[in-house]
Amino acid sequence: MSNPVTAADPFSKIWNFFTSVKLTIVLLLSLATTSIIGTLIPQNEDPQAYFQAFGGVLYQLFNLLDLFDMYHSWWFQLLIILLTANIIVCSIDRMSSSRRILFVRNPSFNLARFRNLKQRQEFASEGTSQQLKDVYQTFIARRFRHNQVEATENGFAIFGEKGRWTRFGVYTVHLSVVLLLIGGLIGSIFGFDGFVNIGEGESARSIRLRSKPQIMQLDFAIRCDDFDVSFYDTGAPKEFRSSLTILEQGRPVLKKDIIVNDPLRYKGISFYQSSYGSLPSNEVVLNITSNNTGKVYKNNAVMNQPLQLAENLGTFEIKEFLQSAKFKGHDIGEAYIGILTPPGGEPIQVTLPLRFPTFDKMRKGNLVIAVVGQVPRFYTGLQVAKDPGVWVVYSGFILMIIGCYITFFMSHQQICIEIADTGKTRQIIVAGTANKNKTGMQTKIDGIAEKLNQFNDMA
Amino acid sequence: MSGSLVLSIVTFIYGLAGFLYICAWIFRKELLGRVATWIALTGLVGNTVGILVRWVESYQLGIGHAPFSNLYESLVFFAWVIVLIYLIIERRIANNIIGAFATPIACLVMAYASLKPGIPSAIQPLIPALKSNWLIAHVITCFIGYAAFALAFVISGMYLMKKGRDDEQNLKAKITKFLTLFVFAALFSRVLFISDWALAFLVAVPICLGFFGIVFLVRNMPAEFKTRLLDRFPEPRALDELGYQLILLGFLFLSIGIISGAVWANSAWGRYWGWDPKETWSLITWFVYATLLHARLTRGWHGRRIAYLSMIGFAAVVFTYFGVNLLPGLHSYGSF
Repeated sequence: MSNPVTAADPFSKIWNFFTSVKLTIVLLLSLATTSIIGTLIPQNEDPQAYFQAFGGVLYQLFNLLDLFDMYHSWWFQLLIILLTANIIVCSIDRMSSSRRILFVRNPSFNLARFRNLKQRQEFASEGTSQQLKDVYQTFIARRFRHNQVEATENGFAIFGEKGRWTRFGVYTVHLSVVLLLIGGLIGSIFGFDGFVNIGEGESARSIRLRSKPQIMQLDFAIRCDDFDVSFYDTGAPKEFRSSLTILEQGRPVLKKDIIVNDPLRYKGISFYQSSYGSLPSNEVVLNITSNNTGKVYKNNAVMNQPLQLAENLGTFEIKEFLQSAKFKGHDIGEAYIGILTPPGGEPIQVTLPLRFPTFDKMRKGNLVIAVVGQVPRFYTGLQVAKDPGVWVVYSGFILMIIGCYITFFMSHQQICIEIADTGKTRQIIVAGTANKNKTGMQTKIDGIAEKLNQFNDMA
Repeated sequence: MSGSLVLSIVTFIYGLAGFLYICAWIFRKELLGRVATWIALTGLVGNTVGILVRWVESYQLGIGHAPFSNLYESLVFFAWVIVLIYLIIERRIANNIIGAFATPIACLVMAYASLKPGIPSAIQPLIPALKSNWLIAHVITCFIGYAAFALAFVISGMYLMKKGRDDEQNLKAKITKFLTLFVFAALFSRVLFISDWALAFLVAVPICLGFFGIVFLVRNMPAEFKTRLLDRFPEPRALDELGYQLILLGFLFLSIGIISGAVWANSAWGRYWGWDPKETWSLITWFVYATLLHARLTRGWHGRRIAYLSMIGFAAVVFTYFGVNLLPGLHSYGSF
């Protein structure tokens, strides 16, 4: 075993370094303490903000250590890689050194080991050996997967065993951690994370990436048909809802209303409701007063769509919106500019300031147009993400929960009931072991012994 | 009767139960202990009713949602789980001294929820980000975990009390202990109820003096008093094992809590992990307890060292729960 060649072998040296649980503890504590830094310094903000907050020297130092994006820094990633290697190597090492315990088809039992156990229950019975054997064996068979009877020098022993497989629980947990890291890696290599703002009625074919200043083309278009925000009486937001349509070569292929917590998924890419904002309105409510009849008509006009006017007064079309329109050199504030085309006449430009609804009277035409309202228009802010690693991560999640449960609350248990013939009565010893929760096992042995003793009274 | 009123009464019931548990412990009156158990059970029933009434009330207001949506509601549920797990332990190990430490904590949690300014007890409508089926799963699992860790903390404290003075202690260790306690006292005063750092350090002084005063008094007490106080504590081995079992329970539920939060984050924001301060701190807590489990299972750590680690772990829990609000930077929970 003490082969000098293997001892000096660099591979074994590295291997041995990674088999240490001390290393695990050091790594876990280093990850825990260094992680704190990133919660004290806000991550991924504008360099200028950092410079102002910390001053030149500290800024240089922190920047050198990647503290402004520390969870993606080389040293933090290195800690994670070391931990992964540590987990894998430790698991393999422990599995191979305990393979004689882990991989057993027909377990064998060592009577001497049970006889040496200090914690045990003993009682006497007047039943015959055969009676006891029948009753006890069925009792054990019902509770333990494997059981066997062996003769001893002055009687026999019934062994039972179950839960050997639970020894794999801890490896399941370790595997789950490795899966999480692999899933994260897949996501960061093959996935992306970006955002796009789409105005109501508009569509987008490209998104802006978050990690780098880059635009990414999608091979389909996404249209926002409508965006709605509703509020509670308290003023707190109640719901953000975008009606989205996926377009393939201009043809709608999928329609869905998304809200926070209910994204749209298409071709592995997900669109999440993430923000919203208002855009200049492109639909106004008009009051059109006919000077011929004195009637007032209320119409909605959409930008660049001709509106047929009543009483055969012609068409009207809103052309643009100005933040500060000028009239004879005076600033008249926000205004819409439209074109009025009377039937058979020349088009006339009409200015409709929001502040002065009677402004159009000055034109002295046969109708007066006034903007009395704007239909609000929003854009929806979508988070766009693709993460092909997410299913690996989710399987890791499931394995971790199952693995933790097995590791913490289930154990490999062995029990031995020895029946020794002492002439008039039979002396019965119940003892058992478990690889975990020894006190729990002891309570269980006590309970079993009590039950067996009750059988005894009945017999 | 409104849910909040029921819950205020429950605060006093837990307080009374705690008082009786303490009397039962100090004056060695078994009857008082039994009464305390029934009162704690009454408190638990009241706590349950309070939560359910609140649930119904939210539907009557037309904003129906499970009562796990804000700090007040989570604290109330936290107290509920603490008392529930404690009563199960009491029944299983047939010892009610732990109650003298556990029920006062439940009472303090409830009192903090209703008295701390800035924790509104009114039922609020859910903001869009919280409208998810994951809300219930996430909050329930996290708080079962936190409550198990809180009780493990209590039991670690009792373990250290029972074990008594560490004889090998030198001056350096003493100073370290004092400074650690001082810094933690200041930090948690700041996190929990003081809005100013200088004041928090000032408040930490009497806290430390009080703590070491009690320790000094207990040490110099006549031996018979000391035995009278400590002899009915469970054996150190039993406390060690019980604390460990609670940490296992807590770790399982903390893991499920973090996982449910990650799945939820992925459905709301398109990412399962974003190194947000709250996420990071829950992971730090997970690392601390993972260290404890490995140290115990493979390096054979027991007793004092595990008790200290369990206390550090619980400090991380409290910081994850309350401290994150102090940290700089936006985090996405409130906004969308």
